[in-house]
Parts: sequence; C-alpha cells; structure tokens
Amino acid sequence: MSAGTSAAGTLPAAHAAGTAAPAAASAVAASALEAAWLALLRDVQLAFRRRAQLVQPLAFFALVTMLFPLAISPELTQLRAVAPGVLWVAELLASLLALEFLFRDDAHDGTLEQYALSGQSLTWLMFAKTAAHWLLTGVPLALMAPLAALSLGVPAAALPGILLAVIVGSVTLSLIGSIGAALTLGLKRSGALLSLLTVPLSLPVLIFGARATQLAINGAPLLAPLELLAALAVLAVTLAPLAASAAVRISLE
Amino acid sequence: MSWTWFHRLASPPYVYAFAARLTPWFAWPAALCILGGLWGGLVLAPPDYQQGDGFRILYVHAPSAWMSLMVYTTMAIAAAVGLIWRIKVAHAVAASCAPIGASFTFAALVTGALWGEPMWGTYWEWDPRLTSELVLLFLYLGYMGLRAGIEDTQRADRASAVLAVVGVVNVPIIHYSVVWWNSLHQAPSVMRLAKPTMPPSMLVPLLLMLLGFTLYFVAVLLVRLRGEVLGRERTASWIREVVSA
Amino acid sequence: MRAFLDMGGYAAFVWPAYAVTFAVVLLNIVWARRALARARASARRRLSARSEGP
Repeated sequence: MSAGTSAAGTLPAAHAAGTAAPAAASAVAASALEAAWLALLRDVQLAFRRRAQLVQPLAFFALVTMLFPLAISPELTQLRAVAPGVLWVAELLASLLALEFLFRDDAHDGTLEQYALSGQSLTWLMFAKTAAHWLLTGVPLALMAPLAALSLGVPAAALPGILLAVIVGSVTLSLIGSIGAALTLGLKRSGALLSLLTVPLSLPVLIFGARATQLAINGAPLLAPLELLAALAVLAVTLAPLAASAAVRISLE
Repeated sequence: MSWTWFHRLASPPYVYAFAARLTPWFAWPAALCILGGLWGGLVLAPPDYQQGDGFRILYVHAPSAWMSLMVYTTMAIAAAVGLIWRIKVAHAVAASCAPIGASFTFAALVTGALWGEPMWGTYWEWDPRLTSELVLLFLYLGYMGLRAGIEDTQRADRASAVLAVVGVVNVPIIHYSVVWWNSLHQAPSVMRLAKPTMPPSMLVPLLLMLLGFTLYFVAVLLVRLRGEVLGRERTASWIREVVSA
Repeated sequence: MRAFLDMGGYAAFVWPAYAVTFAVVLLNIVWARRALARARASARRRLSARSEGP
C-alpha cells in the first residue's frame, strides 16, 4: 500500500443528510493516512448510533454455539471434543453475517463513490473501513469466544490461547470478507453468493484456528498454528485492501 | 519484434474467425490421443501388482484432475490479462474456461470416489487431494455464481476477474493448509498408489490421455470463445456478415 | 472379452468412472456448441431489431 500525498484530494466527511459526521473532520485531508484515519473514526461513530445492528452478529454467534449442545449432546466431555470446530464455524458464520453492513450504507448514500472519486488512496480507505468493521464486529465476536468455549466444557486454562487465536483469525476473516463484500456490492440477494465466495477463501483460517484451539484445550503449546494464523493475517493485511479497492471501483462503474 | 499478432489476438472479429479455423486442428489430434490412451490404458497396460485392473481408473481420474487445475490456471491468467490490459477477448477466454473446469472438477471428484471405495474402503476421504479438489469446485461455482449474479457484462467480467486472481493466490494456501491439517489427522492405514516408478506400458497411455485432454480443452474452449466474443460485441458491423452466413 | 469387461472384479468401479468422465467430455462439447448457437441467434435478433428500428 502506498501512502502517497494527494494535493488536491479531499475527504468529504460531512455530506448527505442523515450521515453527517463531526464538523471538525471536514477539513481537507492532506495524506492517505489522515484520510484513512478519518474514515475509520467516521465508521466507528456512525456505527455507535446504530448499536442494535452491532449486537446481531453476537446474538447469532451465541445462537449457533447453543445449537450444538442441543443437537449433539449435553455431555461436556463430548462437547469439549467438538468445541474447536463449533467455535470456529460459529465465528465464520457470524462474521459472514456481519459483512452485510460493511459497505451497505456507504454504497447506498454515495459515500463509497465519494471515496473512490476523492483522489485519496482507495486502498488505504478500504483498509480503514475494514479495520473499523473489525473493531466493531470482529473483536466483540472474538471476546465472546471464550464464553462460548466455557459453555462447551473447555477448561479455563485454555481460554487465553483461544482468545488470542480467534482475535488473530478474525483479522483475516474480516479482510477476506471485505473482498467478497466489495465484489457483490449492490447485488440483490447477495448473502448466499457472499458466503460462497468468502468461505472457500477462509478455510485456511478455520483449519489453523481450530488446530490452535484444540492444542489450547489439550494444554499443549500452540505457537505453530498461531504463527500460521499471524502469517495469514499479515498476508491479508497487505493484499486484501488492494483487491477490495479494485473490486469497489469495478462495482461502482 | 512485431506485436501485430498480439493486437490481432485482441481483436474480436479476428478471434471469431481464427478460432473456427483452429478448432479442428485441436479436436482431431485430441480424439486420436484419447483413443490411443484408452487403448493403451485399458487393453495394453498390464494389471497393477497391488490394485489389479482397478488401477485403470487412473486413466480417467488423472486427466480430470489435471484438467481441473490447468483450466483454473488458464482462467486466472486470462482474467488477469483482461483486468490489466482491459482486453475483452481475454475476459471471454476466462468466461469460457469456467464451465469446462467445473465439470471436470466434478468428474475428478466422482472418479476419485469410485477409485477410493475399492482401494481405501470408502467413497470419500478427507485427504488433502480430495478435500482441495472439493474446495476448487466451490471456487469455480463461486466464480460462475458471481458472473451470473451481475447483469452488466463488463462489471461481471472485471469482478469475476478479481475473484479469479484472488482465488489463484489462495489455491496453494488452501492446498498446503489442507495437507497440514490432514497430516495431523491421517489414519494409519492409508493406501497409496505407491509405485517407485511407473513402467512405460502404464506411463505412456497416461501421458497420451493427459495430452489428449489438453488438446480437447483447447478445442472446446475455442468453440465457447466464439460465442462469448459474439456476446460481447453489441452491433458491430462484422457480426452482420458472420452471423447471416 | 469377458475378462476385459470384468476388470479383474473392479468392473462396478472402473466402468462407471469411465462413463462419468466421458459423459462430461460429451457434455462439454454439446454445451459449448449450444452456447455458440445461442450467441449467434441472439446476435441475429439484435441486428434485425436494430435494422427494423426507426
């Protein structure tokens, strides 16, 4: 990602009715990083006005996790055996659900077009939006994972490791999801298609994450899969915003 | 060096006509190679020491698997070319590849399952190759689904091109993560077609089949390509002559 | 001939495998030709609609 300066670039932070951001942020943003930071702040502030929306993925995660004891068995020993898989499947599905509103509002009210036309680096703006989205959905979901794990009979000693793995994994999931969301911008009934596009690409995260979780439960060191998760996250951070910005431009044409 | 050949390849009317002329030059050799491979693999090659005549599934399974990967790579390269240089014909090539690749991925999975049952005792195994192949099928379906979901051809071309490129970057990652995962869960009694070397009587028909299927792919691609190219030209004058013929 | 069809006892697996593969081979040929024919037909329709227009 290039953090170049754009002399003529502006980030219209206050615009269409109903989405006005603080006036202080309407100054001309001189660098891609500043623009990205403003975009991130804006997204976080707007999201807090619609807190109910933020709760939905969390509720979904809790629901999915609850399904398994009911469908399989209430025996904690049995649940502990499937806990890694259950946690990560629930995590993946909930993050898919949360992706719906990554771009939806901005595409609807024209902000996304403004971003694309602003002359600022769209890649950095995509990174900012995805980062905001991760802070608003990925982190809370990750924080719920230890609770869900406890409900599945996982020993308390495993929880820190599980939390770490889910936090790192959720970074990659958000980034990969941003590509799918950008590609399916504005398409009708895009939910199933978004899942079809995102899930295959997210499989490595699922595999390494579940492995890390299993090792944590066994009390074994989980450095190896954690490192792999971190490597995936680094790869995603460098490449995904690029792909997402290309996809957004294509979708807006 | 003259770049006119490159410019010609990007020209829809040229490609339309050229593809028609070229198709038989791939179709007939393909048929010959496949027939030769079939004869060699089904009749001439001796039965395998471990798997008897059952190993002959190799002669349809290996080409199917080869096709599934080769076509995806072709699709991704064509998509990248179309995206970078904005060449419609390249996007048409990518679009043509998808159904071919998806159907052979399906064939690879089915023939793999049929090979697995007598050899490993189960139709399905979550071993790295089968699992990665299944994921590949989903990548194809995602690509085709995205194309189908976008009405505007140009946006469909470019969006699916981004997806194809992202997918191709991910294919080795997916493959190696599945290998790693499988190595953790591997059952102790996995049988493989473990032969130190394949005797020529077995190898040659295999190579013939692989070559034959590759030539066949080009022939089918050329036919599809003509249709795709035609669909991307709205009412250009060259279509008039070509279509009323 | 019998031995050939029997495939050393594996006939129930070998022949369906070949059948599926060659069904896919044929399917692709038919599919591709149909797609081309459809493209030609719709091009013809587009052209005639255009020439009939004002």
